[in-house]
Amino acid sequence: MSQLITEPNISGADDFYAELLSLHEGRSKEDSDALNARLILILANHIGDRETLREAFELASAAGQQEQQS
Amino acid sequence: MVAVRYQTAFQLYPYERSTDQDASEPVRHSVVVVGGGPIGMAAALDLGLKGVPVLVLDDHDGVGQGSRAICFAKRALEIADRLGFGDPAVEKGVVWNEGKVFYDDRQVFGFNLLPEEGHKRPAFINLQQPYFEKFIVDRIRQAQADGVPIDIRGCNAVTSVTPNDDHVALSVDTPEGSYQLEADWLIACDGASSPIRNMLGLDFVGRVFEDNFLIADVKMQAEFPTERWFWFDPPFNRNQSALLHKQPDNIWRIDLQLGWDIDKREEQKPDNVVPRLKAMLGDDVEFELEWVSIYTFQCRRMEKFRHGRVIFSGDSAHQVSPFGARGANSGLQDTDNLCWKLKLVLDGRAPERLLDTYDIERVHGADENILNSTRSTDFITPKSETSRLFRNAVLDLSEVSAFARPLVNSGRLSVPCVYDGSPLNGSDDTTLPKATRPGAPATDAPLTSGDWLLDRLGNTFQLLAIGADVPECLEIDGIEVENVPVEPNDTIRERYLGSAPSAIYLMRPDQHVAARWQSFNREAVAAALKIATGNA
Repeated sequence: MSQLITEPNISGADDFYAELLSLHEGRSKEDSDALNARLILILANHIGDRETLREAFELASAAGQQEQQS
Repeated sequence: MVAVRYQTAFQLYPYERSTDQDASEPVRHSVVVVGGGPIGMAAALDLGLKGVPVLVLDDHDGVGQGSRAICFAKRALEIADRLGFGDPAVEKGVVWNEGKVFYDDRQVFGFNLLPEEGHKRPAFINLQQPYFEKFIVDRIRQAQADGVPIDIRGCNAVTSVTPNDDHVALSVDTPEGSYQLEADWLIACDGASSPIRNMLGLDFVGRVFEDNFLIADVKMQAEFPTERWFWFDPPFNRNQSALLHKQPDNIWRIDLQLGWDIDKREEQKPDNVVPRLKAMLGDDVEFELEWVSIYTFQCRRMEKFRHGRVIFSGDSAHQVSPFGARGANSGLQDTDNLCWKLKLVLDGRAPERLLDTYDIERVHGADENILNSTRSTDFITPKSETSRLFRNAVLDLSEVSAFARPLVNSGRLSVPCVYDGSPLNGSDDTTLPKATRPGAPATDAPLTSGDWLLDRLGNTFQLLAIGADVPECLEIDGIEVENVPVEPNDTIRERYLGSAPSAIYLMRPDQHVAARWQSFNREAVAAALKIATGNA
């Protein structure tokens, strides 16, 4: 049974997206990459559940592959 | 001639001519151990104390210089206790619990491995390997005086080995020429570059890490505390790591990662080493260089540790990175596992296939160590840009947020191996605590009588009877099972009973749990003993 929420779950989607992008504004690629890595670790710890995390890993990989195939 | 491969710290067994050298026919020995390092000597001591005549052949006449292994873990100390040299090791060793992690130019966090109460031995001690080896040989000398059948021959180098169905034939070189020997069983404890393994043309596969470490022991009167300090990417060793750790006698172990593309001979010269150490320790710290070595490490193991009558233990069978103190500590668990099995086979109480469970259980242990060691190495030396990105993210976060600290991996220190899934594991009552399940080594606990549980366990099969009655003495299929009655106290309850009122643990001679129940039943114990001895 899936633990990972894949239905829309963030209220104010456009606002959230703008906030995420503004976090990276004015940063070098290197800085942004480092920030993303920190962010992944923080969010992963917040989720905590290994099964949910694995589902997220799978979804992220699968989505990337579809992109490559198209 | 016997080649000198290294300088000795203590000459402990100078060459003496043996009557075997003048025999007309090769003399047959029950067990020959090749290699007089800590693992070979522990094997000899263990077998000797069990009454098995054992001959140790070492191509040197004492223990090698240089501290090499420095961190001895609790399980290794418990094995040392069982063999009778735990006290001198712990008295001489440095006990430590605290550490600091540095990243770039700053400390990111400190830790305290708060030891769990109720164990005789600390989680780790730091002790130079030559001392550890000397304490084993001292104990062997004491045992020999009591008539324990151990023979150590220094400057005896094995030059050929021929396996046969019922014995192994050896050629041995000495300062007075060569002679022939035979062994019913051969235990090869001759180190990572094992000549025996090479003579037999056996595999040793795994991953070579493209990295070099400068390992230096320095003597200094310094104010550094008794802590493990680990640096990631420090200013004095950019893009590399460094480690500082205290040993007895005001000696400090320093590991400096050097990277792959270096000139090993140049880097070992004091003219190059001293400036590196000064950059690390500060210009005003005075120190003497005791020992320097360059280490390239590999994580690999033999596919099988038993090859007929030749059995490999310690580094000859498996090699790991130094991070995590898994070399000597796992080697001691090898012979801990092997010796009682070999004794039963020699006595005709168990079939030879019991020795295959040495292979199964210790390959499992080696794989666990290789996995942990590889992970530490991948954290310390990221192999890709992305892995470096995450490594640095973990370190940056560890400074400001506790959650990231468990992700920092500068070596996961050795914990005892649990033989889950071993064919020797018998019946389990799963309502009893998980930590003491079949396959696990006994967890120590203080006894109401004032001594320690682990001092009561080992060397024979035993029934640990907690708050339960068992017959005074049991003999099943010619194997004696000793009764060890223990009164429950809070620690014993927590570690062995859980919510159960009583428990019976069948313990192996290496202090691992074979099977357990809530109450005694002779048939159940007999069945479990058959399983645990390979007789099922």
